[in-house]
Amino acid sequence: MKNAPRKQRLVVALLVLLHGVVLLGGFVAPYDPIRQNRERPYAPPAGIHLVDGQGKFHFRPFVYAQRLREGAFDQYEDDHATLIPLKFFLSGASYRLLGIIPAKAHLFGADEETVNLLGTDGYGRDLFSRILYGGQISLLAGLLAASVSLLVGTIVGSASGYLGGWTDSIAMRLAELCLALPWLYLLFGMRAFLPLLVSPVKAFLIVVTTIGVLGWARPARLVRGVALSAKERDFVRAARGFGASNSYILRRHILPQTKSVILTQATILIPQYILAEVTLSFLGLGIPEPAPSWGNLLSSLQQYSVLSSYWWMYLPAMAMVPFFFGYLALSAALQEGRRAAKMDL
Amino acid sequence: MTPKCLHAIRRAVWLGVVLTVGHFPCLAEAFPQSPQTTKTEFLVSREVVGKRGGRLVLSLRAEPKTLNPIIAVDAPSREVIGVMQADLIHINRSSQLTEPGLAKSCKVSKDGLEYSIELRRGLQFSDGKPMDADDVLFTFRVYLDEAIHAPQRDLLIVGGKPIEVRKVDAYHLVFRMVKPYGAGDRLFDGLAILPRHLLEKPYQEGKLAQFGGLSVSPAEWVGLGPFRLKEYVAGQRIVLERNPYYWKMDSNGSQLPYLDEIVFLFVPSADAQVLRFQSGETDIVARLGAENFSVLSRQARGYSMTDAGPGLEYNFLFFNLNDTGAKSSPEAARRQEWFRDVRFRQAISAVVDRQAIVRLVYQGRGAALWGPVTPGNKRWANTEIKHPARSLERARDLLRQAGFLWKDGSVGDQMLVDQHSSPVEFSILTSASNADRTKMATLIADDLKQLGIRAQVVPLEFRSLLDRVNQTKDYDACVLGLASFDVDPNSDINVWLSSGGTHLWNPSQAHPATSWEAEIDKLMEQQLVAKSFEERKKSYDRVQQILDENQPFIFLATPDILVGAKDNVGNFQPTVLEPYALWNVENLFLRNASETGGK
Repeated sequence: MKNAPRKQRLVVALLVLLHGVVLLGGFVAPYDPIRQNRERPYAPPAGIHLVDGQGKFHFRPFVYAQRLREGAFDQYEDDHATLIPLKFFLSGASYRLLGIIPAKAHLFGADEETVNLLGTDGYGRDLFSRILYGGQISLLAGLLAASVSLLVGTIVGSASGYLGGWTDSIAMRLAELCLALPWLYLLFGMRAFLPLLVSPVKAFLIVVTTIGVLGWARPARLVRGVALSAKERDFVRAARGFGASNSYILRRHILPQTKSVILTQATILIPQYILAEVTLSFLGLGIPEPAPSWGNLLSSLQQYSVLSSYWWMYLPAMAMVPFFFGYLALSAALQEGRRAAKMDL
Repeated sequence: MTPKCLHAIRRAVWLGVVLTVGHFPCLAEAFPQSPQTTKTEFLVSREVVGKRGGRLVLSLRAEPKTLNPIIAVDAPSREVIGVMQADLIHINRSSQLTEPGLAKSCKVSKDGLEYSIELRRGLQFSDGKPMDADDVLFTFRVYLDEAIHAPQRDLLIVGGKPIEVRKVDAYHLVFRMVKPYGAGDRLFDGLAILPRHLLEKPYQEGKLAQFGGLSVSPAEWVGLGPFRLKEYVAGQRIVLERNPYYWKMDSNGSQLPYLDEIVFLFVPSADAQVLRFQSGETDIVARLGAENFSVLSRQARGYSMTDAGPGLEYNFLFFNLNDTGAKSSPEAARRQEWFRDVRFRQAISAVVDRQAIVRLVYQGRGAALWGPVTPGNKRWANTEIKHPARSLERARDLLRQAGFLWKDGSVGDQMLVDQHSSPVEFSILTSASNADRTKMATLIADDLKQLGIRAQVVPLEFRSLLDRVNQTKDYDACVLGLASFDVDPNSDINVWLSSGGTHLWNPSQAHPATSWEAEIDKLMEQQLVAKSFEERKKSYDRVQQILDENQPFIFLATPDILVGAKDNVGNFQPTVLEPYALWNVENLFLRNASETGGK
């Protein structure tokens, strides 16, 4: 039990690192994620080399130039005569760091030719850049949606658990209704009523609020359970005996009790909601093209031809794995910690 | 054995063949009508002689909705009906010219108003009942009946009046029109001749439109085509068997079709069709997309893939030019103002990268388009229409002339604004189920970004897209495609006439909204009545020119017709006209495995 906090710290460090890379996506990504390079559709990932064909070692990593085979659409060959050395900290496409600071510096790139580390999609857009930018959108959607549903869930859950009676009955029946509805099909129907021209920011907010608001029921039920047991505790009765108001007791005594439950819920909900955004965008209900998100990056895999011909189109799915792993490991570590804390009591 | 004796035997055998395939099953009951059933006037096919027997398996992307040729509109239904039915005069899908079908000959009167048709003798429906002029009369009565709503009806109204049909005797009919009709013989293609003995009763009871649902038993639905219904399993397959009364034979004198059976499997999607073909479950696959075509070509084993060249489908972008008037919002009204400016549309046309569409959407298996007549159409293209290369400068000039300006946007990019300084942004609808058109729209949106226009691609479910375009008229722009069934301009007449239902940018107008639409109306009428091909071509050339000047459709590209077949399918000659692969189904045959092994 002693190493639980250390494990937690390790997992948190991993998550911070991963999020940091995505957060600084504009800097790490070499290109504008929506820039099309129509001469290079479905280019495969370029391998980074240090040793060339003659066995000569290069200090500067390089990639081979890819040439389209004569008359072919998506068949590329490495041109072993042309080495493209990778440059670091060079200036390129403009972007906004953290969404605010205008910048042009990029971690790596090449002078003339394009370097597609993870290949390109059907429009010749750089997949590596798209995965990073897409990550910004998908992760932010997951985080925001989780905050929304936890906020709503906590307010409804604690109020319903503490106040009981009619409030409780109504809130919980509503929660059950929410859990029972087939949301995906309802969302399909909803799309028909939205205006056609929705700006990407608005579309993002719609996705976040839909996922967040629809997900309030589960955390609300958990928080209600905690509030229900907390209101029978001696210090709560004592506070009430001294004439404390409902809002004071909720704020001062009930909510702090729910903290660990909410934290654990957050670590479960965030990956779940990232996946929800991915699902919605995959089905064309989420973030619209050309803006990247992990969901719409994967949506081209709906076509059999893409599925069977271009393996690198799976990479956005692979990018999600460490994030999900991190969140789930964190949730496990938190639960373990809670159990340990309970045993200490 | 004496030579004379041998000869007699040979004759007997030959007669036997004709009798068994042509008449035997109904010989006993046919005696009273012997004048009609004595001898069938076969049409002799000139294609390679094949081998009898075998079953051909194909897949359909959806279950056919009906087998009734009078009401069928969906592609799977038409595909199945196409091999079960026959027409008087047929368009040869390979030469794109007409040739005799059930009619032995067709003569046009000097004034071009009358078509005299002589039927083959001894024709029989697939249930063995004889067919004659009364069936033809009945068929045209049904097609022309307004209550039936046959999709073919519009084509049979010439000069505002329906075609008149008159029976001369059992084998001779005269079709009369009030105005001369260019290429009138092409009208008969695809008009399946119906069995009066089965359909007259339901027709009189007003139940014909419901007839031929897939629940009918094989005996109830008959035709004159090479195959007839054998079995229908809902949700799975439809099985057709050889029509023993078919009226074509090969040059060796054996009756067609060669195949014993055709099976159509119902599969859920194009990808499923590819998988079935790849695994060897189906023998032929047609209507392939370029991606799937290259997937199949890459690992071809036991089958070969054919690129038949550009088809007749044309894809285009169009703007909402309806007069939505008072009910539209101020933003929508402003957008309409841009769309109505011909310079705006010309600018969009100038900036669209058609070559990139052909390369990225069709993987190079297609052709860029500047008009509705595709390179697959051998006779009707106006060669005067220019094919200008993509030009940002020309687009900018046109927009500047139309009063648009550029402003610095928030991201540092230039933003196009109109006279009232509102930014130019609009949505482009595409069908969510059509990946090709969604891709086209995405490419166009990126092209427009270079002009400072923000276009948002909105993939919608196809039905709600059509609802917006045709009913509510609540949309900005849309990418769609149309596929003609025939090379003749008359097959697209509903698209170009301002009163037409497929006049997509502003459908079913009471009066033409613009002068150029009025001129197109006039020219289409002119080509309809002109007698010579040259005259008709001249009118249609001008139509193409007007379309090019006014850009109601911004033509984009046409895909090649891509098909595949197992190596043992003989006489397989895909064409660019529908039904691409099965047009000569009666001549298709299966070779032995040993023959293909040596190939």
